[in-house]
Amino acid sequence: MARARVDDSVAPPIPADLLDRGFRSVLDASDIGRALTRIAHEILERTRGGHDVVLLGIPTRGVPLANRLAERMSHVESRPIPVGSLDVTMYRDDLRLRPARTLGRTDIPAAGVDGALVVLVDDVLFSGRTIRAALDALHEVGRPRAVQLAVLVDRGHRELPIKADYVGKNLPTSRAEQVAVRLTEIDGVEGVFVGPADRTRTAGADDPSHPPQYDPGVPALHGGAR
Amino acid sequence: MMRHLLSAGDLTRDDALLILDTAAELARLADRPIKKLPTLRGRTIVNLFYEDSTRTRTSFEAAAKRLSADVINFSAKGSSVSKGESLKDTALTLEAMGTDAVVIRHWASGAPHRLAGWVRGSVINAGDGTHEHPTQALLDAYTIRRHLGGVDGRRVAIVGDILHSRVARSNVTLLHTLGAEVTLVAPPTLLPVGVESWPCAVSYELDGVLPKCDAVMLLRVQRERMQAAFFPTSREYSRRYGLDAARLALLPEHAIVLHPGPMNRGVEIAAEVADSPRSVVVEQVANGVVVRMAVLYLLLGGGEPALAGRAAEPAAAAIGGGW
Amino acid sequence: MNRWLLRGGRILGGDPADILIAGDSIAEIGAGLTAAGAEIVDAGGLVVLPGLVDLHTHLREPGREDAETIESGTLAAALGGFTAVHAMANTDPVADTAGVVEQVWLAGHEAGHCDVAPVGAVTVGLAGERLAELGAMADSHARVRVFSDDGRCVADPLLMRRALEYVKAFDGVIAQHAQEPRLTEDAQLNEGEVSARLGLAGWPAAAEESIIARDVLLAGHVGSRVHICHVSTAGSVELIRWAKARGIAVTAEVTPHHLLLTDDLAVSYDPVFKVNPPLRTAADVAALRAGLADGTIDAVATDHAPHPVEAKECEWAAAAPGMIGLQTALSVVALAMVETGLLDWAGVADRMSIRPARIGRLTTHGRPIAVGSPANLTLIDPTARWVVEPSVLVSKSRNTPFLGKELPVRVVHTFLHGTPTVLDGKPA
Repeated sequence: MARARVDDSVAPPIPADLLDRGFRSVLDASDIGRALTRIAHEILERTRGGHDVVLLGIPTRGVPLANRLAERMSHVESRPIPVGSLDVTMYRDDLRLRPARTLGRTDIPAAGVDGALVVLVDDVLFSGRTIRAALDALHEVGRPRAVQLAVLVDRGHRELPIKADYVGKNLPTSRAEQVAVRLTEIDGVEGVFVGPADRTRTAGADDPSHPPQYDPGVPALHGGAR
Repeated sequence: MMRHLLSAGDLTRDDALLILDTAAELARLADRPIKKLPTLRGRTIVNLFYEDSTRTRTSFEAAAKRLSADVINFSAKGSSVSKGESLKDTALTLEAMGTDAVVIRHWASGAPHRLAGWVRGSVINAGDGTHEHPTQALLDAYTIRRHLGGVDGRRVAIVGDILHSRVARSNVTLLHTLGAEVTLVAPPTLLPVGVESWPCAVSYELDGVLPKCDAVMLLRVQRERMQAAFFPTSREYSRRYGLDAARLALLPEHAIVLHPGPMNRGVEIAAEVADSPRSVVVEQVANGVVVRMAVLYLLLGGGEPALAGRAAEPAAAAIGGGW
Repeated sequence: MNRWLLRGGRILGGDPADILIAGDSIAEIGAGLTAAGAEIVDAGGLVVLPGLVDLHTHLREPGREDAETIESGTLAAALGGFTAVHAMANTDPVADTAGVVEQVWLAGHEAGHCDVAPVGAVTVGLAGERLAELGAMADSHARVRVFSDDGRCVADPLLMRRALEYVKAFDGVIAQHAQEPRLTEDAQLNEGEVSARLGLAGWPAAAEESIIARDVLLAGHVGSRVHICHVSTAGSVELIRWAKARGIAVTAEVTPHHLLLTDDLAVSYDPVFKVNPPLRTAADVAALRAGLADGTIDAVATDHAPHPVEAKECEWAAAAPGMIGLQTALSVVALAMVETGLLDWAGVADRMSIRPARIGRLTTHGRPIAVGSPANLTLIDPTARWVVEPSVLVSKSRNTPFLGKELPVRVVHTFLHGTPTVLDGKPA
């Protein structure tokens, strides 16, 4: 698949599997980069330097986004920003709807989260159920002084009273439409795409914010000796 | 998808790796102050133990409770089972009580297979007769992987009463599935007729095997086997097959010593070996809990089990006939 | 007078002929027979065999009437084409006295579905310690000629020798259940690859063969007959062949299930496949078929072993061994031996009627189908197929591995001493 190029005269490339299903591009690689840079600065601004910030990405794609935010923030502040991952699989409210899912990696930075300002990072905010699960998961890890949420895309249609503190792009969609995020670290390509309703899917079967068919063969766990 | 875990042979390589990887993630929980996950809340898991085994039973109990499941312990003593209630009736009783999974340990090989025909939930074999003990093999593989970085290509020796050992059978199968090279070491009387068809090597000499091992697994040898003439005396058995300090020195530096427990100190394993830093026996116990959590999660955590299982080989029923 | 005209049956699979039964014997055989006052049976397309004789059946009465009775067991026999069965002695009380064998014989006579020849125990209570009163049983109304501790082996070599010698006086024969007890303590399945994998204690072939070797040598030494029950291994067949070649008066039987089934069926741990001696390997099945074909093995005997449901609906190790087989025997033999070209119908008649009757010294069974012979016949449809449904089985027990399976050959009519016990596949 072709990588995104910064060239205003050519439409951003769409991965073949998404193109086949009628997806269109809404954010290209540079858009994503700019959004993350802005979010990084917003976090630093609102936390006055981010001294007690811990970034926790929600697998799968929340993790590289959290890493990129941490990199940008530490570049500005000239000191490392703690970053890790928080898998929410065990806390989901829709476990019984599908076979047991593979677990993602939970990696809490050494200093822990007690008394910290935890910023959860995810790619798409939709119903809010994933974030609800993340709050439960976080609850078992420790007691942050506050929790905030940074997302690349907010597509609306919340089913729980959850809001994002930092949003890359507000993307109004219809409920049935599908949103696909592709990140280089995982997919080899970069972009956010929107596609039409998938008529082959059974209604209400999945948590819309982490719909399974848009996980193109992501390995269950990263690393791990075999 | 496979509803039960009856035998290590039912697991494909991917299934086995999925279990080990899941267990590795769950192990990180152990460092937290609150070790509980809500995943199996509202599920009922019954420990149906026809043989005494505090170690395995409490391991499964801990695993189930850490996933917030409700655990009911049904032991053979002091229940209708000891008064002669049949396995089938016990199964039907459990069904009536609404059980999601039964963890069964039984003295008869094949009891879990029979049970699986009578309950709707998942059946997990915690040791059946001299047949299999799949979660033991999984925790052994997990332990080996943690210390040696992997199982593929590693050389593992299993020493002891292979003939009567369900741990040996499960381990030979699972280690082979994961790509290890297994050698069984025992006196000829303690090796089953037909072992030649197993995917492993066989040796009667321990000293020759040790220098090439990455891991040695010792099996418990019961003194009662002496009565049935499997070996003349415990002393002779220890001398020829016991892992003592001298034999420990024959092992490569990185090699580890495993034992499913309970140990017969002085028979198959010398006390100083059991307590040496090469022995991972205590760690095996802790690993047992996370491995069993992984199994319970993968079987019960979702709407369906997440293990594919191998397609059962059709029993070659008759020659001629073809029915 | 009782007269039956069987039209157009193929005697031993030969050309069609009519058979006239008058009273209890065959009165006439020919083409286009007519007979006034005779009931007509259209036997077109059916093969006529001498009534089958089973050397090895467990009727369970007295003592285990929950599993089978003489009434239900002999009815199953008749439906399977049998006109005589030998009822094994491991009842409760054991058939080790004239009193018990006469009781069994009488009950069989009154049920009237087939002749029951009671087998007498070799040792008192089957305990293997001292001889039972073999002479009294031989002299009784039951006229016992076959003696067996079946279920148990007569393991003491001295006791076996004495028994072999003693029964010569009344032309009796000891039928040995060959199983060295010390080598098979708590054994569950043939010792081999399958048992090793399944974790089931092994029953080595050598435990059967070593007893057979000993007993044929003893029989040869003391000049008596010996019969080997349910031969199950290739090695056993070779030993019997060797003994016969040396003129030793050994005879042997094989069960239908050992001609067809192998030990890998046990992978399901379903105890319907648990039997003693156990199912063995494909090589053993092939050797048994060859042995039956060349006459090294003289007879097919069912070892019909009824067990109540709870004795099989449990863990393998806790289950009772045994399969019922009276109604399925002929079909399974057809599947294993006739359809494979190893035996023709004349051969089946020899192995399932003529030779077993001779071994049991039954004078009115296994006779040639000729004028003057007792009318003990069975007429079978060699082209029919039937499904072994529970509703079709008349035994009180259902422990058969063939449940739900389709088998070839159907018994249509059976005549016992001239009177039909089965007509059109149903009790007459």
